[in-house]
Amino acid sequence: MVFPASLGSGLPKQSLGQLRSAVQTVLERVHSEPSTGAWRSPLSLVGTEDALLQQLADSMLKEDCASELRVHLARSLPLPSSVDRPRIDLIVFVVNLHSKYSLRNVEESLHHVDATFFLGKAAFLATGAGRESHCSVHRNTIVKLAHTYRSPLFFCDLEIEGFRATMAQRLVRMLQICAGHVPGVSALNLLSLLRSSETPAPEDL
Amino acid sequence: MDPYDTPESTPRHGASSRLKDYFIGATPLWKRLESVRKQASFVPTPPRRKIPQCSQLQEDNDPQKFAFLLHKQWTLYSLTPLYKFSYTNLKEYSRLLSAFIAAEKQKGLAVEVGEDFNIKVTFSTLLGMKGTQRDPEAFLVQILSKSQLPSENRGQKVLWTGWFCCVFGDSLLETVPEDFTCVPLFLANGAETNTAIVGTWFQETFDCHFSSLAINAFNLSWMAAMWTACKMDQYMATTEFLWSVPCSPQSLDISYAIHPEDAKALWDSVHKTPGEVTQEEVDLFMDCLYSHFHRHFKIHLSATRLVRVSTSVASAHTDGKIKILCHKYLIGILAYLTELAIFQID
Repeated sequence: MVFPASLGSGLPKQSLGQLRSAVQTVLERVHSEPSTGAWRSPLSLVGTEDALLQQLADSMLKEDCASELRVHLARSLPLPSSVDRPRIDLIVFVVNLHSKYSLRNVEESLHHVDATFFLGKAAFLATGAGRESHCSVHRNTIVKLAHTYRSPLFFCDLEIEGFRATMAQRLVRMLQICAGHVPGVSALNLLSLLRSSETPAPEDL
Repeated sequence: MDPYDTPESTPRHGASSRLKDYFIGATPLWKRLESVRKQASFVPTPPRRKIPQCSQLQEDNDPQKFAFLLHKQWTLYSLTPLYKFSYTNLKEYSRLLSAFIAAEKQKGLAVEVGEDFNIKVTFSTLLGMKGTQRDPEAFLVQILSKSQLPSENRGQKVLWTGWFCCVFGDSLLETVPEDFTCVPLFLANGAETNTAIVGTWFQETFDCHFSSLAINAFNLSWMAAMWTACKMDQYMATTEFLWSVPCSPQSLDISYAIHPEDAKALWDSVHKTPGEVTQEEVDLFMDCLYSHFHRHFKIHLSATRLVRVSTSVASAHTDGKIKILCHKYLIGILAYLTELAIFQID
C-alpha cells in the first residue's frame, strides 16, 4: 500500500499519523518473521491408531522448525467445541490399511470438515501398505477416497523409524507452507504441484 | 538391419518398417512390459467377479477323478513360468526327480534302522483341470514309498503330493514367450522337507521361482462372500470366521460361527446382480456380520485381522493354506487362487 503524498493534505495531521501507524502495524503482522512466534501453526492428526499418531507427533516435534509447532491428535471429528483452540492449518487423516475400522472412522470424520480445508489444507496418510499379507483395505479404496476429496495421499509405514522421520519432515514442511510461512508458495499452489498429471479424474474411474 | 538389403523399397522405408515392427509389440517381452506398465498406473480393482460355476470342461469328467484332492490341507505357492517343460517327458522327469530325492536324502543324514529309502516319484497329468482351452494342462507329482516287505499287499503309500495348475490364467499366458509353460499355482500336501526338495529340483531344472502365497484379509473376505454365494444341496459344515486381535502380551483369537443357511440367507438379501459378485456386496456382507457382533459384544471386528474363513465349499487360512471340500466348485476356487498367484508373480 502506497500513500501518495497528496493524500496527506486533506486530513488533519493527527488522524493521518494514526492511520499511518495502523497501516504500519498491519503490514508488520503480515510480513512478520516467523521466529517472533506471533503466529502459531497447529496441525491436526486424525486417526484411530493412537500409538502410531503419538509416534508421528513426537517425530514431528523433534524437527527443527523456525516457528512454534503444535500437533493436535484426535481420534475422530468433530472436535469438542467447548475448548478454545487456535486455527488449524493442516489436517492429516491417518488410515491404517490393516484395519477397516480406521477407514470407516476417517470417512465419517470427513463429513465434519469444512470445505475450505480441501483447498490444500488436508491430506491423507495411509500406513501399513508394506505388509501386504495383513491388509484388509485395498490400496485402491484409499486412492479413490483421496481423489474424491482432491487431496494429496501419502503412503508411509509409520511403524518403521526411518520412514516415519522422513514423513515427519515432509509434513512439517507442508505445514509451514499451509500456515503461510514460506514466501511465494501457498497451500493451493502446493496442492496443484502435488497433483500428478498422470492420474485420471475420479469421473473416469 | 542393413537397409540396403532390400533394393526394391527405399532404404528409409525398409528401416522404418523394421523399426516399427520392433517397437509395436510383436515380442512377448514388449507385451509383458506393457502389461506391467498398465498395472503400475492407476487401475482400479475388478469390482465384479463371476460366481464360480462348473466349467464346461469339467462337466464331462467324473467327479471321482479329483476326489483325492478334496478334504486335504494344501499349502499354496506361486510359481513363475517353467522354461522348456514338456508334457511328453514326464517319465524322464520322474526318473530324474527320484534320483535327486534319493541323493538329497542320503546327504549326511543318519539312516534309521529299518527305514526304507525306496522312493518312487510319479508325474501325471490331470486332464480337465483348467478353465479355458488355452490353459496348460495341470499335472501332479507324487512321492510314493515302495515297500520292500513282500507281506504288505497294499503296495505304495503316498508320502507327498503336489500339483501344478493354471485356471483362467489368460493375463499371464498372453505375455509369455513360446518356450515357457505357465502353471502359476502350486499346491503341496506332505512334509515340508519334501516340498523344499521338489522345489529345489524344479528351480534348478526349469529356471523358475517358488514363493509362498499368503492370502490377506481383503481376499479372504472375497472368498467368504463367493463361497457363501455358492448353491449347495446340503451343508456339511458351519460357516466359521476367525479373527486375530493384536494385543499384548499374547494375541487373542475371536471365532464366529454361523449356521450356513443363515449365512446364505444373509448373502441373498445383500446380493443384487445375478451371476456376479461386486465389491459393495462383499463389503456389505462383512459389515452386517461386524455390526451384529458389535451389537452383542461391543467389539469392532473391523479393527482386527481376518485370519481364517471356513465354509462348506472350502476353507482358507491367511498363511496360504486351503482345504477344498466340494468338487463342484473346484474350478471356481482354483480360478481365484490362480488370479492371486499371477498377481503375486507380477
